[in-house]
Amino acid sequence: MSRLRHAAAFAWVLASVLALAACSGSTEALDSHGSESRHIAGLWWLMFGLAAAVYVVVAGFIVLAAVRGRRGKPAGSRISPSMFIIVGGLVVPTLILLVLAVVTVTTTNALRKPSDDALRIEVTGERWWWDVRYPGRQIVTANELHVPVGQPIEIGLVSDNVIHSFWVPELAGKVDTIPGQRNVLRFTAEKPGTYLGVCAEFCGIQHAHMGFRVIAQSPGAFERWATAAATPPLQPDSEQTAQGQVLFQRLPCAGCHTVRGTEARGKVGPDLTDFTTRATIGAGAAENTPKNLARWIREAQSIKPGSLMPDLTLSDDDVAALVSYLQSLN
Amino acid sequence: MATTEVRPAAEEPEHLEEIWEDDPGVPGFFSTIDHKRIGKRYIYTCFVFFAVGGIMALVMRLQLAGSEHTVLSPSAYNELFTVHGTTMIFLFNTPVLAGFGNYLLPMMIGTRDMAFPRLNAFSYWIFVLAGIFFYSSFLVDSAPDGGWFAYTPLTDKAYSAGLNLDFWGLGVAFVGISTTVGAVNFIVTTFKMRAPGMSLNRLPIYVWSMLVFSFMVIFAVPAVTLAAGLLELDRLFGTAFFVPKAGGSTLLYQHLFWFWGHPEVYILFVPAAGMISMIIPVFSRRPLAGYLWVAASLVAIGFISFGVWVHHMFATGMPALALSFFAAVSLIIAIPSGVQFFAWIATMWHGTVRFTTPMLFALGFLLVFLLGGITGVMVAVLPFDWQATDSYFIVAHLHYVLNGAVVFPIFAALYFWLPKITGRMLNERLGHTSFWTMFIGFNLAFFPMHILGFLGMPRRIYTYSSGLGWDALNLVVTLGSFAFGLGVLLTIINMAVSHFRGARAPDNPWEADTLEWATSSPPPDYNFEAVPVVASRHPLWDQQPLPVADSGPDDATRAFGPAGAHEHTTPITGGLRAAPETTMRIPEPTILPFVFAAGLAVFVVGLLAQALVVGVAGLALGMVGLAWWVWRIGEH
Repeated sequence: MSRLRHAAAFAWVLASVLALAACSGSTEALDSHGSESRHIAGLWWLMFGLAAAVYVVVAGFIVLAAVRGRRGKPAGSRISPSMFIIVGGLVVPTLILLVLAVVTVTTTNALRKPSDDALRIEVTGERWWWDVRYPGRQIVTANELHVPVGQPIEIGLVSDNVIHSFWVPELAGKVDTIPGQRNVLRFTAEKPGTYLGVCAEFCGIQHAHMGFRVIAQSPGAFERWATAAATPPLQPDSEQTAQGQVLFQRLPCAGCHTVRGTEARGKVGPDLTDFTTRATIGAGAAENTPKNLARWIREAQSIKPGSLMPDLTLSDDDVAALVSYLQSLN
Repeated sequence: MATTEVRPAAEEPEHLEEIWEDDPGVPGFFSTIDHKRIGKRYIYTCFVFFAVGGIMALVMRLQLAGSEHTVLSPSAYNELFTVHGTTMIFLFNTPVLAGFGNYLLPMMIGTRDMAFPRLNAFSYWIFVLAGIFFYSSFLVDSAPDGGWFAYTPLTDKAYSAGLNLDFWGLGVAFVGISTTVGAVNFIVTTFKMRAPGMSLNRLPIYVWSMLVFSFMVIFAVPAVTLAAGLLELDRLFGTAFFVPKAGGSTLLYQHLFWFWGHPEVYILFVPAAGMISMIIPVFSRRPLAGYLWVAASLVAIGFISFGVWVHHMFATGMPALALSFFAAVSLIIAIPSGVQFFAWIATMWHGTVRFTTPMLFALGFLLVFLLGGITGVMVAVLPFDWQATDSYFIVAHLHYVLNGAVVFPIFAALYFWLPKITGRMLNERLGHTSFWTMFIGFNLAFFPMHILGFLGMPRRIYTYSSGLGWDALNLVVTLGSFAFGLGVLLTIINMAVSHFRGARAPDNPWEADTLEWATSSPPPDYNFEAVPVVASRHPLWDQQPLPVADSGPDDATRAFGPAGAHEHTTPITGGLRAAPETTMRIPEPTILPFVFAAGLAVFVVGLLAQALVVGVAGLALGMVGLAWWVWRIGEH
């Protein structure tokens, strides 16, 4: 009975390990579209192979060692205790660890290398969103990074508040933003697409809603985006929009947010100059739709409790005007 | 040992009980210095904290069972994961291992108490008062919410203005006193109080593991005390050790924290492995294979574990060359664990295994620790860690290590030694059911977390949106965690039933080999009327009947025999071979350790409340207690 139970336990563990192998094919960190994540995924599959082999062999020994005495067989064995310890505990692990040490060093050396033609992007971790700037290009945006495919990217990571960590699993590993120092993450996006990023270091009440996206585009599409993003928004083209702009500058909005080319120059919240182009509101807290935006203006605290965006008590008309204005920013 | 003689079972000396027993009632509760009562109290108190921390985990799992649940507010979630982690490390795992050590170590080495019995009581009181202090944060709605690691600047006054983090910082610094004095006590007890003939190479592996545990504690705990202490100076008095804007360094905090934090993992693992090295041989009916290898591995882990702390900081932007060094050391530390692993396998291979509940938990430990160890090697691989760190892969790994490789041995130890402690057996069938429920629940709860990590789920998020494909696995995790909780509950029920209706435990129910099984179950207050004379690594297997010493005329040997027990003394031995040296008088029960600890607790409350009067009063009370205690040492 006990032997059966052990066999069952062993089969279950083995099945779990294999399930990991089966599931991993479509997962994010291993579904790599960046230079760094591709290297790491390769490393993972090597380690997974070794780990699965080690687990199966050692667990096999454990189960066998536990049950073999029950067959009434006396304790005699050709494998002496010292043989077990020296071969199993010392020699084989040392060899495996040597292999891992070598790949650790070679992979580390292959990654995050400086490059002369890198595109530089400066990212600041804020509470709880990401400020994104392209030096020399007059582009300031938030929670979305556009990058050209095939060109090395150098992301400077800083923070003026608490520690955050910048993680886009499909493109690269993590790098923390640490107050008082500038860290650098270097990678190359290898396939066009939109890749989700998250903050990986606990940073306070809204750590869960500090998402961002990296949009990898062909170099041509990237340049078109960059040109558009560097251009201040057009003047309002409808009465409602114009009223929204006035409200935006009169209400507390402008104290915290910037819209380039206008009086709004606040530095606390995200720059809203290209607001309509963004997929989400509140760093992933809600989809960017007019309805959600209206709700966000009124009750940000129920969508993202603890966020620095206050609930504003406004009339329906005022909210509609603000939404109309914000929807015109692109 | 000319005075040694083989004695038949000693006649029950009734008046010995009177000499050794505690005062009755409430005063006796506060004044006891008996290592067994203290050890038992440690273990039970820790299990209360384990249950509370576990229930918090289950509530968190309800919140995460599906996307965008609203069981908990974001701040409540942050409080729960902070208190859960802090409880499990500071108020369960570390002290419960110290508790087992308190109970078992003196009996295993054949002495009548710890080297510093009053310090031992003090250590317990500090621990329990620190726990009460920490949990009182819920009464004022200010539970710590900065993570169990409390990284600055998030935990600076600027970002965490309330009392929440002060409960954490002061509590951690406070409880560190308990662990540290406990460690000193274990070291002196092991070196100076072994039964005659118990040379270092006859020391039970568990005692070796407690020795390594204690040395590690002494070197590691000051770092976290410093981290928490400087954090509190920043918070309470406006210094800026960790405030970047004022020239401080937040990475300094991380270095201090992890200089303790990683050895701490091994501080927990080493005694757990020591327990396993006691249990597997007993249920394989043969001595542990590779005794010297295993002892050397424990010592090696003690040293190497101080060179791995930076692997918690691989994503902080330190230079790759520096990181590579720590990656290499983090790989190397797998080797002593591998050696122990194969020593256990060889022991079973050459023995005949009995599938009792303690042995099942030991086997369960082997299977989960194997996986936790393998993923531990993986996260030492620097580039892989850049992906894995701070994701659910780490949550999986750390629970395989801290819950799997530490809690499973603790349960094995509970089923193994509780009959000795309480004098009553636990129910085997309920034990088997509990084990399988825990084992299956454990793997269902923690294995899928590896995959969630690859799916990009970061740690410490209170919610997630539905489009990410994390829902199904999170539901499995939640179901598994409740199954694990049910398994734990079955053991608690087993303990309760055993307390009232359990079969009487014989002296040595498992046919084990070490000295604690030579006394009755439960043991008498004085452990051994006459101290055993050890001539083997496995005295109860090789020395039948077990010879005991008789008292000699001089100080060096007076305490060995029944006369020593009658005089409330215990022998002091020394050197590698535990040769007789002198006699130690065991102090009478006293309330002074409690007074000293309570004074310090009041002082800490004064610091928390920034109330000068309270602080000074507490300090004064503590100092009076301490002065009186020191004064009275001379009487003995």
